[in-house]
Amino acid sequence: MNWLTSIVETALFILLAPLFAGWVKWVKCLLQNRRPPPLVQPYRDLAKLFRKRPMIADTASWIFEAAPFVVFVTAVFAAGIVPFAIAHLPTAKVADLIVLVGFFALGRFFLTLAGLDLGTAFGGMGSSREMMIASLAEPAMLMAVFTLAMSAATTNLSQAIDWVLQTGLVLRPSFVFALAGLMLVGIAETGRIPVDNPATHLELTMVHEAMVLEYSGRYLALIEWANQIKLMLYGVLIANIFLPWGIAESLTPRDLALGFASIIGKLAVLGIALPISETLFAKMRVFRYQEFLGFAYLLSLLGMLSHVILEVN
Amino acid sequence: MGLMQQTIFEQAVLFLAALVVFTSFLMLAQRRLFPLVGLFAWQGLLLALTTALVAFNLHYPHLYASALMTLLIKAVLIPLMLRRWIIQLDIHREVESLVYPAYVMMAASALVLFSYYVVLPIEQLSTLASRNAIAVSFAVVLLGMLLMISRRQAVTHVVGFMSIENGLFFAAVTATSGMPMVVELGVAFDVLVAAVLFGVFFFHIRSSIDSLDVDQLNRLHEVER
Repeated sequence: MNWLTSIVETALFILLAPLFAGWVKWVKCLLQNRRPPPLVQPYRDLAKLFRKRPMIADTASWIFEAAPFVVFVTAVFAAGIVPFAIAHLPTAKVADLIVLVGFFALGRFFLTLAGLDLGTAFGGMGSSREMMIASLAEPAMLMAVFTLAMSAATTNLSQAIDWVLQTGLVLRPSFVFALAGLMLVGIAETGRIPVDNPATHLELTMVHEAMVLEYSGRYLALIEWANQIKLMLYGVLIANIFLPWGIAESLTPRDLALGFASIIGKLAVLGIALPISETLFAKMRVFRYQEFLGFAYLLSLLGMLSHVILEVN
Repeated sequence: MGLMQQTIFEQAVLFLAALVVFTSFLMLAQRRLFPLVGLFAWQGLLLALTTALVAFNLHYPHLYASALMTLLIKAVLIPLMLRRWIIQLDIHREVESLVYPAYVMMAASALVLFSYYVVLPIEQLSTLASRNAIAVSFAVVLLGMLLMISRRQAVTHVVGFMSIENGLFFAAVTATSGMPMVVELGVAFDVLVAAVLFGVFFFHIRSSIDSLDVDQLNRLHEVER
């Protein structure tokens, strides 16, 4: 029964991911005085891409064809780990935060391999940039995760959320720093402004788009979908770790309705905050990424330090 | 006594302490002078807020006065003075090049850890709820020194010096719930006078070596270049 609910919940997560991406795009268009596309536009794009016949270059090896599936499946597994609207699920209990970071790393590894596979200049460039960002973002993310793990004395997401719910509202400096660090990492990892621009194919600045430039048809659809899932994953992670209030702790209809309503409300707010920051800031030069991610690392590190110094006795 | 057993106001003191050390880190990373002075003003404001909160927690009315003084002198008066000098010296467009910013940041984190270990036995003596913040205040002192060591611009040195003073004041507030009023008044006016003297020095350094780069003060010049 529990496994069934968690599978249904993960499926719902995956189905809602394009809607969240559409919401972010919708708000961003309004902020920039453009007429927004309908909220369901990402679904239409995905449906169109799934119908189209994919073209594959002659030089492609099996990695090129396998990578989209690996990327998508790791994103789905990651979505299964993160509690969405229900706190206690068997999928959330078998794996912890470090596995989550590992899933992200595995998907990214195959995507960069696919970028290198064809031997095109853009693919290689995008892959090298992606690895640079990843090597800087991963320590910052792990440090933020460890801050949480040290406070809650567990790396398991369900138990950590339980712990936050039990202790109630406590003003923790470490959590504020870890939240800020995780937000910056999320921006870098999901390829949003100021690190990468998801809306452009301008050659000199591309990171994610450069890697997937050769993909078409259902392969491209899978990668795009995985990317939307990843964006929502960061949103859910931030909302549920730091502000878990409202998440369903039992399977009664009332708790479930409250859980879904609260997570959708939190995501809607995050989906407004993200486009605002994207509208306010310009894209950075590639050589300034390390300053941006160094700052994220510093925030996470300060979170850890302030936990050790100020919060424990 | 962990964070959870404390009241929301005591938690807020520790939270502000974390923000104070965060401003110190930001100062270390800031290359431009105006934002640096702005960060210094923010630190003063946070300091005043912390003092007011401690006064509220412990019901010490005289701390309100020192909070108000901190606000006026460190968050308004000195930043305004520094701003005016920067404009008069015409250096507000200068961007200071940081020497090894990554190493400075690592050293800064190491200093925070160091101050934590040094202060650990001292914390045992205190019974105040804010005693965990003593390590933070010591870290602010050390970070101010690091700011002075790692930069060459004279104005940055002054900001570093003032932030050391901020750290000492913070230590007094969090460890012993504030110094006597007379001492505090004396220190506040000392700082103000120091700020004025620094201003005079800026113009002297500038007129004698035609720059505010203190590295040029390392060498003695027998003859004019």
